Amino acid sequence: MASHNLALRHQFDDVAQQKDASTFGMWLFLATEVLFFGGMFCCYTVYRSLYPAAFGVASNHLSLVWGGVSTAVLICSSYFMACAVNSGATGKKTAIVAYLAITILFAVAFLVIEMSEWHGLYEEGLMPGFNFTFHEGDFRHVQLFYCLYFSMTGLHASHVTIGIGILLTMLIRAARGAFSAGYYTPIEISGLYWHFVDLVWIYLFPLYYLIARHVHQG
Amino acid sequence: MSEHIVTKRQYAIVFLILLILTLTTTWASYFDLGKLNVVVALVIATIKASLVVLFFMHVYWQTKLTKIVVVSGVAWMALLLWLTLTDIVTRGWLPFPGK
Amino acid sequence: MTTATVETRDNYLTHEYGVKSWLLTQDHKRIALLYLAAISFFFFLGGVFATVIRLELLTPPGDLVSAQTYNKLFTLHGVIMIFLFMIPSIPATLGNFLVPMMIGCKDLAFPKLNLLSWYIFMIGGALVMYAMLMGGVDTGWTFYTPFSTSYANTYVILTAVGIFITGFSSILTGLNFIVTIHRMRAPGLTWFRLPLFIWSMYATSLIQVLGTPVVAVTLLLVGVERGFHIGIFDPALGGDPVLFQHLFWFYSHPAVYIMVLPGMGIISEIVSVYSRKKVFGYRFVAFSSVAIAVLGFLVWGHHMFVSSQSVYASLVFSFLSFMVAVPSAIKVFNWTATLYKGSISFDTPMLYAFGFIGLFTIGGLTGTFLATLGFDVHVTDTYFVVAHFHYIMVGGTMMAYLGGLHYWWPKITGRMYPEAWAKLSALVVFLGFNLTFFPQFIMGYLGMPRRYHAYPPEFQIYHVLSTAGASVLAVGYLIPAIYFVWSMRYGKAAPDNPWGATGLEWQTTSPPPPENFEITPVVTHEAYDYSILEEMTVG
Repeated sequence: MASHNLALRHQFDDVAQQKDASTFGMWLFLATEVLFFGGMFCCYTVYRSLYPAAFGVASNHLSLVWGGVSTAVLICSSYFMACAVNSGATGKKTAIVAYLAITILFAVAFLVIEMSEWHGLYEEGLMPGFNFTFHEGDFRHVQLFYCLYFSMTGLHASHVTIGIGILLTMLIRAARGAFSAGYYTPIEISGLYWHFVDLVWIYLFPLYYLIARHVHQG
Repeated sequence: MSEHIVTKRQYAIVFLILLILTLTTTWASYFDLGKLNVVVALVIATIKASLVVLFFMHVYWQTKLTKIVVVSGVAWMALLLWLTLTDIVTRGWLPFPGK
Repeated sequence: MTTATVETRDNYLTHEYGVKSWLLTQDHKRIALLYLAAISFFFFLGGVFATVIRLELLTPPGDLVSAQTYNKLFTLHGVIMIFLFMIPSIPATLGNFLVPMMIGCKDLAFPKLNLLSWYIFMIGGALVMYAMLMGGVDTGWTFYTPFSTSYANTYVILTAVGIFITGFSSILTGLNFIVTIHRMRAPGLTWFRLPLFIWSMYATSLIQVLGTPVVAVTLLLVGVERGFHIGIFDPALGGDPVLFQHLFWFYSHPAVYIMVLPGMGIISEIVSVYSRKKVFGYRFVAFSSVAIAVLGFLVWGHHMFVSSQSVYASLVFSFLSFMVAVPSAIKVFNWTATLYKGSISFDTPMLYAFGFIGLFTIGGLTGTFLATLGFDVHVTDTYFVVAHFHYIMVGGTMMAYLGGLHYWWPKITGRMYPEAWAKLSALVVFLGFNLTFFPQFIMGYLGMPRRYHAYPPEFQIYHVLSTAGASVLAVGYLIPAIYFVWSMRYGKAAPDNPWGATGLEWQTTSPPPPENFEITPVVTHEAYDYSILEEMTVG
C-alpha cells in the first residue's frame, strides 16, 4: 500500500516496527510526565500530611460544582478522543476529523471553566503572589495550598493547551487524508498524551476539591 | 503488536462508569470518615485511572513491556513520595545524638 | 587489515558538505560530533572557572576575588561542569555515535528527536551563558532554598530555566536510546550478546528518563517561588526548605550515576580489547549496571544527613547507600579478573582505563566513608566531599571519557591520534589529577570547609599542592585538545579495526558510511568473542 511506504522511515525495517517504536516512545515520555507532575504531588503530599486542617479550610473555598463539571468535561473529551482513535483504526476519515473537533471543543471548554475559576479566586483574594488577602487562622498554610493549587492546575492547563495544539495538527493532517487503517499511529499516540492529561486531573480533582467537604456543605 | 480495535461501545461503557465514579467520589466526600476520606478518594481515583489506562489507552491489550513502563513510572513517583515521607513522618522519632 | 586511505569511500563525513548539512542532519554520527563540539567548549569554560578558583585558593586571605564573586565562580563551575558537560558528555557524544552501530542498525529510533535534543541543549546552554554574562548566579549548583528563592540577588531564574531546558535534552536522548536498544537490535543480537557499553547506556537512559523530570519540576517551582514571591520552600511563607532538598537530590544523586555509568561501560570495552579476553562475569557486569541505576534512586538522603532530616530517615539512607556500593564493586572485581592472565597492551585507552580503575576505587571507597553517618557529620561540607566526588567524576568519568575518545577516535574520524603524545598526556593527567585532589582529602579531614575563599593559614600547603596539580592537569587536558584537532587533518589514516576488537562498530569502515553498514549484520557470536576475529583472518 503506497501510504505505508511513504510513512515508513529509513531507520525502521517495517511499519510494524515503526509503530511499535513510536508507541513505546510515547509511553516512555508519559512515564517522564508522571514524574514531572510527581514532584508536585510530592510537595502536596508532604504539606497535606503536615497541615491537614489548613488544607481542609482552603479546599472549601474552591467551587465543587465547577471542579466536578471540569472533571466531567475532561472525561467526555477522553471518550471522544478514544472514538477518534477508533475511527483512525477503521479508516473513517470524516469521523476522525469530527471526533477530534469535538475533543478539542471539550478541551477548550475545560480551559474556559478553569480560567473563570482562577478569576473567581483572584477576586476572592486567594491568588498568592497577585492578590492574597486571606488572613484568618492558619493562613500561611492556606496560602501554601493555593500556591500548590495554582502551580499544579497551571502546569496541567499548559499541558491541555499543548494537547489542543497537537490535536489541531492531527485534525488538519486527517482532513488532508494523511491517515488510513494501515497508518494512524500519530492519532493513537496523540490519544495517549490526551488521556494522560485526563489522568492527572482525575487525581487533582479529589485531592484539591474534595478535602473536608463534610465540614462545609456546598 | 496486537491490532485489536476497541469498539466505541466499549469506550462508552467505560465513559459512563467514569462519570458514575466521579459522582461517587464527590458524594463520598460529604461523609466524615476521618483519615479514611483521603483513602476512599484515592481508591476511587485509582479505579478511574486504571480504567482510562487499561481501556482508553489500550494497555489491557498491550505488550508486557508497555505494562512495565506504566508500572515503573508510577512506582518511581511512589518511591519519591515514600522515601520523602520517611523523613517528614519520622521527624522527632529518634533524638539527634548529643541532644 | 591493511591501512586504508581516507575519504576514498563515501562516509558520513564526506557524504554531504555545507553548514546546513550539519545543522539539519538527522545522522546520529553527525549529531554526536555537534555535541562533541558543544560539550568541549563547555568543558574548557568550566575549567576556566576552576582555574580562577584554584588561583584564589593559593593564599589564605580572600584577595583575588570578592566573596560573592567566589560564590559565583564555584556555582558556575558546578553548573557548567555538571549540566553542560558531564551529564551529556558520554551519552550524547560516544553514546549517540555508537549505540546504533553497536546494535547493528542504521540510526536511532527517532533521528529528528535526536537533532531536536541537540538544539534544546544548545538553547539551554545559551541561557546559562547569558545568565553568566549578565552577572552569574551565586547559590551553588545545588540552589538550596530559601537563599535561592528569597535572598539571592543574582540570575537564579535565568540559570534555572537554562538547566530546565537542557534537562529535556537529556530526557529525550535517554528515551531515544531505550527505544532503540529494545526495538532495533540486529538479527541474532540478543540482550546477553550486547556489548557492555550498551548495557551501561541503557541503564544510564533509565536514570535520565526517570530522574530528570523531578529536578525539572523542582527548578520550575524555584522559579515560580522566586518570581511570584510565593512560598513552597520558604519557611517564612509556610514552606519547608528540606522538601526542596529531597526533590533536588532525588534526581541529583542518580545524576552522578548518569555521569559514571557510561564511563564504566567504556572501561568494560577497553579492558576487554587490551587484554584480548572477554569480560569476566559478563552477566554480573550487565546486571550491575541496571542495579546501580535502580539502587541509585534509593540513597539521595545521604546528601542531607545534617539538613535536619529525621535521624530515622538518615539511618535508612545510610544503609541503602552501602548497598549501592556493591554493584560498583562487582564491576571493579570483574575488570580485574578480566585483566588476570590476559594479553595486556598498554595503548593509551588502556592507560586511561587503569587510571579509572584505581581512582574510581578510591573515590568509591571514600563514598562509603561518607555513607557512614558518624563520619559524615564531621566531614560534610568540607573538602573531603569535594575530593570524593572529583575522584569519581574526574578521576573516574573524565578518564573513561578520554579513554573512550581515544579508543573510538579512529572509527569516528578515520584518523589515528599520535600515540606518543597521547601516552604522555595520559600520564600527565594521572599525575596532575592526584596532585590536585589527594591533598583535598587530607585538608577536608582536617576541617577545611568547601565553598570558602578565605581560610586559616594551616591549610595553605594543601591548597598550594592542589593548585600546582591543577596546572599540571590543565596541561594534560590541553595536549589532547590540540592533537585531536591536529589529527583530523594530519593524522595517519585509520584501518577499519585498528585494535582488533570485536563489536559490530568495528566490522564497518572507518569512518562509517552514512547508514553505518553496507548490509545489516547478523550476529551469531557472543560478545567479546575474539576467536571469530582469528576465523576471519584465517578464512
